Amino acid sequence: MDINQKYTPQSWPDHPETATLEGKNKFIGFWLLLAAETVTFASLFATYLALKDKGPSGMEYSAAGLFELPLVFAMTMILLTSSLTSVYAMYHMKNHNFKAMQAWLGITVILGATFLGLEIYEFNHYVHLGFGFTNSAFSSAFYVLVGTHGAHVLFGLSWFIALMIRNSKRGLNMYNAPKFYLASLYWHFIDVVWVFIFTVVYLMGVIG
Amino acid sequence: MAHDTHIQVRSQAEFEYAKKKRADEMKGHLATFAIMIFLTLIAFTMVAAGFSTYLIVPIILLLAGIQVILQLYYFMHMSGKGHGMVAFFMFCGMFVAFITVLALVTIVWW
Repeated sequence: MDINQKYTPQSWPDHPETATLEGKNKFIGFWLLLAAETVTFASLFATYLALKDKGPSGMEYSAAGLFELPLVFAMTMILLTSSLTSVYAMYHMKNHNFKAMQAWLGITVILGATFLGLEIYEFNHYVHLGFGFTNSAFSSAFYVLVGTHGAHVLFGLSWFIALMIRNSKRGLNMYNAPKFYLASLYWHFIDVVWVFIFTVVYLMGVIG
Repeated sequence: MAHDTHIQVRSQAEFEYAKKKRADEMKGHLATFAIMIFLTLIAFTMVAAGFSTYLIVPIILLLAGIQVILQLYYFMHMSGKGHGMVAFFMFCGMFVAFITVLALVTIVWW
């Protein structure tokens, strides 16, 4: 049997992501990466919390005076919805419905790109206010934390797009099913991190 | 070979059953999503309404914790079979994450 084995919805296994040895290895290795990423983000959160509103005397911007909730609320809703659309994509992957999966992944990518666009707008806005990366310890910690998350969003988007294009003519098989599954896990993880960013950075920042 | 697998031979009834189970699970995911939106709305509303900081902070952190558990256990299927090692990895990661935040924050604040 080779990896180009064709499947029908009837012969498609219940858990295609872990049906092969390679799939199992990818699955376990990827979760190990996510656990390590948890620690990475924890160190950035800890740095941010330690340096929040700290900096040279006379620094102008503090969290309470800078952040605006409506934009953050929109970004949160968009990213949360993109998490649901990637769940839909995986639902269709498990039903061996390649076109529907691609369509939902496409929607996920559009939502993710919108989120990223809003984040770039936000950063650009802050920089124009004079709150640049080198403004204070607070600004550096803020940009590193939120920027690392933004870089993950960018990476997740590139990953989805690369998978969608590379496999567009292949359809679903045992070779690419684990790949799609892991990309969607990564996307959920990005949302998990954002939940803490909007809570710890923005909501707790606004209340001072 | 690494990609080898069995072709599952399933009867029509088994196939229909698995399909229905997946559809039911998807409905569950929609309910999870509704709860997540609701928790987010509560968090933003509390801050916008201007309650006391000492009330808001523990509650929004708790809401974030609940939302993360929903993501991990439902959207990322950690409640499913064969996720024992995954849970071990994640809880170790969370433990180290907690110690890291605690250590840096206490060093600076005390």
